[in-house]
Amino acid sequence: MTESSAITPEQVEHLASLSRIAMGEDELKSLAGDLSTILGNVARVNEVAGDDVPATSHPIPLTNVMRPDVVGETLTSEQALASAPAAEDDKFLVPQILGEE
Amino acid sequence: MTELTNKSALELAAGLASGEFSSVEVTQAHLERINATEDDFNSFITVTDEAALATAKAVDAKRSAGEDLHALAGVPVALKDLVVTEGVRTTAGSKMLENWVPPYESTVHNKVKDAGLPVLGKTNLDEFAMGSTTEHSAFGNTRNPWNLDHVPGGSSGGAAAALAGFQAPLSVGTDTGGSVRQPAAFTGTVGVKPTYGSISRFGIIAMASSLDQVGPMGRSVTDAAALHELLAGHDPLDSTSLPDEVGGYLNAAQTSELKGKKLGVIKQLAGEGYQDGVRTAFTAALETAAAAGAEIVEVDCPSISYALDAYYLIMPSEVSSNLARYDGMRYGLRVEPESGPVTAETVMSATRAAGFGDEVKRRIILGTYALSAGYYDAYYGSAQKIRTLVQNDFAKAFAACDVLVSPTAPTTALKFGAEKAADPMALYLGDVATIPANLAGIPGLSLPAGLADGLPVGFQILAPAREDVRLYEVAGPLEATLESAGGRVLDTLAEGLTK
Repeated sequence: MTESSAITPEQVEHLASLSRIAMGEDELKSLAGDLSTILGNVARVNEVAGDDVPATSHPIPLTNVMRPDVVGETLTSEQALASAPAAEDDKFLVPQILGEE
Repeated sequence: MTELTNKSALELAAGLASGEFSSVEVTQAHLERINATEDDFNSFITVTDEAALATAKAVDAKRSAGEDLHALAGVPVALKDLVVTEGVRTTAGSKMLENWVPPYESTVHNKVKDAGLPVLGKTNLDEFAMGSTTEHSAFGNTRNPWNLDHVPGGSSGGAAAALAGFQAPLSVGTDTGGSVRQPAAFTGTVGVKPTYGSISRFGIIAMASSLDQVGPMGRSVTDAAALHELLAGHDPLDSTSLPDEVGGYLNAAQTSELKGKKLGVIKQLAGEGYQDGVRTAFTAALETAAAAGAEIVEVDCPSISYALDAYYLIMPSEVSSNLARYDGMRYGLRVEPESGPVTAETVMSATRAAGFGDEVKRRIILGTYALSAGYYDAYYGSAQKIRTLVQNDFAKAFAACDVLVSPTAPTTALKFGAEKAADPMALYLGDVATIPANLAGIPGLSLPAGLADGLPVGFQILAPAREDVRLYEVAGPLEATLESAGGRVLDTLAEGLTK
């Protein structure tokens, strides 16, 4: 494993906050180890293909996939809200999203 | 095990058409079998017995009334619990969706319903299809009917165990890196990953969108072919769905011969790291094919050596993006933090901490890293270039042969817990032979080649994109030839189960 691919628990903590997953110390440490191992193995990907090789994002690219611009069936708000953790007045009810005012 | 549960889907279809038995009888027999064996196998997360019997009854009534029916009408099927079913809980094997009842229908389930196949239930899987053992399900392990101490493979492990355990004659799975083919190999059944985009993914819970594909599974090549024909076809609701004509799979499987077919053995997928018994069974199957007139050549696909590395960057990157939707706001689990302020941010973090299992978290974090500014080009960008190289290698290889072949997996089914003992990369190596097809979007099929130490070995066939029919042109006659030489692999298990 190269020095550059060693991931620290602090880095995992940052990634966890970007991915919105709360994690304890033990989890951060164990994931840092896992990530270091995995990245140490896969890091060689950037040694294989040169600048002349184009990237493939989709195996079978389709372009300009459109449908006629007509109104179709949609869910009713009742259906959409039926599996919501909380709802009120025909809307999703969510925790506070802005700072206290 | 009753006679009805031992029949193939096509035998059941024929018996239903001739009036030898009814769909209610067939469905009831499978439900009883599930009831009697679920404590052992745990193939299902949800059994939908009432709905299955209602469908069976309706199909029987239509048949008596002389209505035109689909060839598989009345033949029961099991759906992987990654397939959205309106009004029926769909969990993806995760605590995050433990109580989610979808308000809409997947195209796959619509097709199955329209054709009149009773749905027996929703099968177990690794959480969000991430894993190759079902040990990552939030609903317990599925056990391999061949030996309950061994995994059934994954992520479609419940789907495969339901077939091998004679609980269902047909299963629908999904394959992102081998999740249909590897469990088929581990259970002595047949699993197909069609060309990317040939079966609609509308209503399939997304894992890695440039790799995911729905796959038909059965106990024989012909059963899988018949289900494949039912599921395939263009769907305007899926923008990656191919606008191609599909079909002819069953006919190809039933009428083709091996004589003159050119099978290319992939040099990189045969040697080091493969269990002896797997190599022996694979080589024996090749010899049987050669004796029946197939030509065996060796082909070189050097970039396949990097496919696994590219996959373990591309897949988690797409996972981290796709699973961002589970935020505890609109559907699924919501958990409030135990202490501190209750805001949208802290609720999201607490929800995702409680709702996701370790493997899902590991892949989200890895993907978030690979997509981070400063690492994107070196990891995700480079991996996408390897994808191009793999496609180029396959194109060259297919110029020299009709199909490519390899063992489906380097080993037979592992024992439970083997995963925990190994580092994550060692386990990921089990996907080495199946992943290249997902990266390139080409179709692949696994059929049983024989046994090694009492457990099934899978034989993988790969064909060029949009040439799924070639899989069946080889798999159909190969299965028939292997069975006439050594008997059906699953019969060994069936005999054990009736004792």
